[in-house]
Amino acid sequence: MSTITTTAAPSKLWSGGKSPFNVEYGKLMMWYFLMSDAFTFGAFLIAYGTTRFASNGWPNPNEVFRSFPFAPEGVHAPLVFVSIMTFILIISSVTMVLAVHAGKNMDKQAVVKNLIFTIIGGIAFLSCQAWEWNHLHNEGAWWGANPFLNADGSQSLNHFTNFFFTITGFHGFHVLSGVVINIVMLIMTLMDKFEQRGHYLMIEKAGLYWHFVDLVWVFVFTCFYLI
Amino acid sequence: MSNEVVLDLHGSTSIAHDVHHGHDAHHEHHETFISKYVFSMDHKMIAKQFLITGMFWAVMGGLMSVLFRLQLGYPDSTFPWLEDILGKWAKGGHISAEAYYALVTTHGTVLVFFVLTAGLSGTFANFLIPLQVGARDMASPMMNMLSFWFFFLAGIVMLSSIFVETGPFSGGWTAYPPLSALGSASPGSKTGMDLWIVSMALFVVSSLLGGLNYIATVLNMRTKGMSMTRLPLTIWALFFTAVLGVLSFPVLFSGFILLIFDRNFGTSFYLSDIFVNGVGALPNEGGSAILYQHLFWFLGHPEVYIILLPAMGMVSEILSTNARKPIFGYMAMIGSMFAIAILAFLVWAHHMFVTGLNPFLGSIFVLLTLLIAVPSAIKVFNWLTTLWRGNIRFTPAMMFAIGFVSLFISGGLTGIWLGNSALDIHLHDTYFVIAHFHIVMGVASMFGMFAGIYHWFPKMYGRYLNNTLGYVHFWITITGAYLIFWPMHYEGLAGMPRRYYDYSIWESFKQFSDLNRFISTVAMIVFATQLLFLANFFYSIFKGRKLTTKNPWDSTTLEWTTPIKPGHGNWPGEIPEVYRWAYDYGKDGRDFISQTTPVGADESVH
Repeated sequence: MSTITTTAAPSKLWSGGKSPFNVEYGKLMMWYFLMSDAFTFGAFLIAYGTTRFASNGWPNPNEVFRSFPFAPEGVHAPLVFVSIMTFILIISSVTMVLAVHAGKNMDKQAVVKNLIFTIIGGIAFLSCQAWEWNHLHNEGAWWGANPFLNADGSQSLNHFTNFFFTITGFHGFHVLSGVVINIVMLIMTLMDKFEQRGHYLMIEKAGLYWHFVDLVWVFVFTCFYLI
Repeated sequence: MSNEVVLDLHGSTSIAHDVHHGHDAHHEHHETFISKYVFSMDHKMIAKQFLITGMFWAVMGGLMSVLFRLQLGYPDSTFPWLEDILGKWAKGGHISAEAYYALVTTHGTVLVFFVLTAGLSGTFANFLIPLQVGARDMASPMMNMLSFWFFFLAGIVMLSSIFVETGPFSGGWTAYPPLSALGSASPGSKTGMDLWIVSMALFVVSSLLGGLNYIATVLNMRTKGMSMTRLPLTIWALFFTAVLGVLSFPVLFSGFILLIFDRNFGTSFYLSDIFVNGVGALPNEGGSAILYQHLFWFLGHPEVYIILLPAMGMVSEILSTNARKPIFGYMAMIGSMFAIAILAFLVWAHHMFVTGLNPFLGSIFVLLTLLIAVPSAIKVFNWLTTLWRGNIRFTPAMMFAIGFVSLFISGGLTGIWLGNSALDIHLHDTYFVIAHFHIVMGVASMFGMFAGIYHWFPKMYGRYLNNTLGYVHFWITITGAYLIFWPMHYEGLAGMPRRYYDYSIWESFKQFSDLNRFISTVAMIVFATQLLFLANFFYSIFKGRKLTTKNPWDSTTLEWTTPIKPGHGNWPGEIPEVYRWAYDYGKDGRDFISQTTPVGADESVH
């Protein structure tokens, strides 16, 4: 060993021998994966935006999304159902935060409890989406079929339904993957895998993914339901 | 010191796979054939798997180019043996138009993605990143293995598409709709296109798994003392390559998903107002084929740099090592690669100047495109000044590295022509474009790959490649590359369009029939020379001259501090610590100083 090694002082974050961000590789990869996935959704939403911009008209979301399960005929509740869906998903993000927090405190019971809440939230969201898709399908909407008129009453192209089903479907697929990941995390927690490892970092990574899927929904929700 | 402990927060955390590296090379004895050669998790073996699979695809893609060059060079001749190998695709010994387009398409797809993306960065990112940053293996060896097998699977699907009844996809490697979206558009648009798209989706997964690993390894697993500015330029290049891949392939993936819906589920994302002969008017309304082109080229342009950057990195390393001089402008090299990586995302529409793009928007893309000339020129001048007054060792690797610089200059200059939207109106989709991108991206990157193979072969297999064959390989390839592609500039300037099946029926292009025959002949000679290289490669794996020293090229970087045949885990005992940058050549009267040598008392720190 040389006496002159000051340039490689261990206090420097980027000097090697450790992670500059103080994270293990899995979390770093998750961040980069999320960036990648953000580009996937970004491409979808930009494709949607340009197509919509180039169209002469677009259906009014307040007219399209105004149904509610078990509501009597003729009762219109614009965007109420999707607001509930969104609320469920955001609450599931909160329970995910609580699960990650409990994991940091090595509190297995709380991790299990909050993971179960998160899974329930995810499944509830997917069920709502399934109902909404089914309802729209019954109204004649599907890929390649659009029963809704433009807001100005003119005939609409199929782009509205094409993009709606493709993008919400792709997002729903992400939620489904997230639910599966969370179920795996739950099983691993119950099997004491993380207790043995001495940390709940896996839950943190699953949490990052879950929050990302929620965040994407905020954009999808804005693009399809609000604008 | 090793990279076992990467977290301060959780002192007990260790990267799981590092645990079993504690006992060094001995544990290889426990490995079975399957775990060592097939489902290997050793980055060095995975690199070799990528390389050899890439070679298979290079031969396939090259052979396809020979077949369609046969058509272009000898449009009036018949070759009965073609019918023997291609059957109905070459009735009477004459390649059919469908087969010609399928060959061109598959040649492009295979060379761009399977050879120059997976074969190039798959090989060298896997091989060099852990060895040069000082890590036992990739961050996740499991994902690394999956990355290769997804690539392998993509290859299997692509290969199978060649054998379906309606033939492989034939609408060009860019897969523009409507040819790619309508099964009724051409025979290749049927099952062949389905398989093409499945293959590409698998490839995107492979690229994502690989890219995440490369990034995490470079950032997280550098050995002690290996700061980012001490990394060899290969690592910087492979790092930027991985970032480009991780951020651009997903956009292509989105484009493909929309394409799948257009193909199979009655949507009109890319389709509008189409009449197909024999089918009639289609119901699709309001879609935009240009939308696909935007999504495609948002990947497609960064893809060019995904192909080129690894070659640039390796060439920098090889030039410096063999010129026995530090690389000139190390920080400028990093900065220019960073600039290229950023600009790569901002120039995609220069592929679309003649699509009806708003000319004002086009002018912005002209500006951004021409800006790339700045970092490119910085790199070229840095390479030249690295060579300047160097004590050059003309190894085959060095020859190919210098050849890369030559090709990059020649091909890069025509990029300035094509980057101008006004000139592009004349040159778009002509042989000028073919000449440009083959020289600057295709052949140049192949040269980078060859340079890398010749340079790191001793590290891969503990033996040397045959030098004489290496020189023969180099001289025929560089001469041939210029003889093939240089004349294409003239054809392109004369307006000869690309992707035509038979130019002999066009009065304006008849004058080029001799030139086309000449190009085809040289292409065949160059292809045969590549087989010579492959023979050298495989012969040398088993019978090449053995290494007697760990560091055959007197190099400074970490991979040459490992044993001649490193086991899984790379270094027996501890990972060496790094005290200096990678380019201490000819310093203080010493020929070279390894990165592991501590900085002496009277020596300036770099």
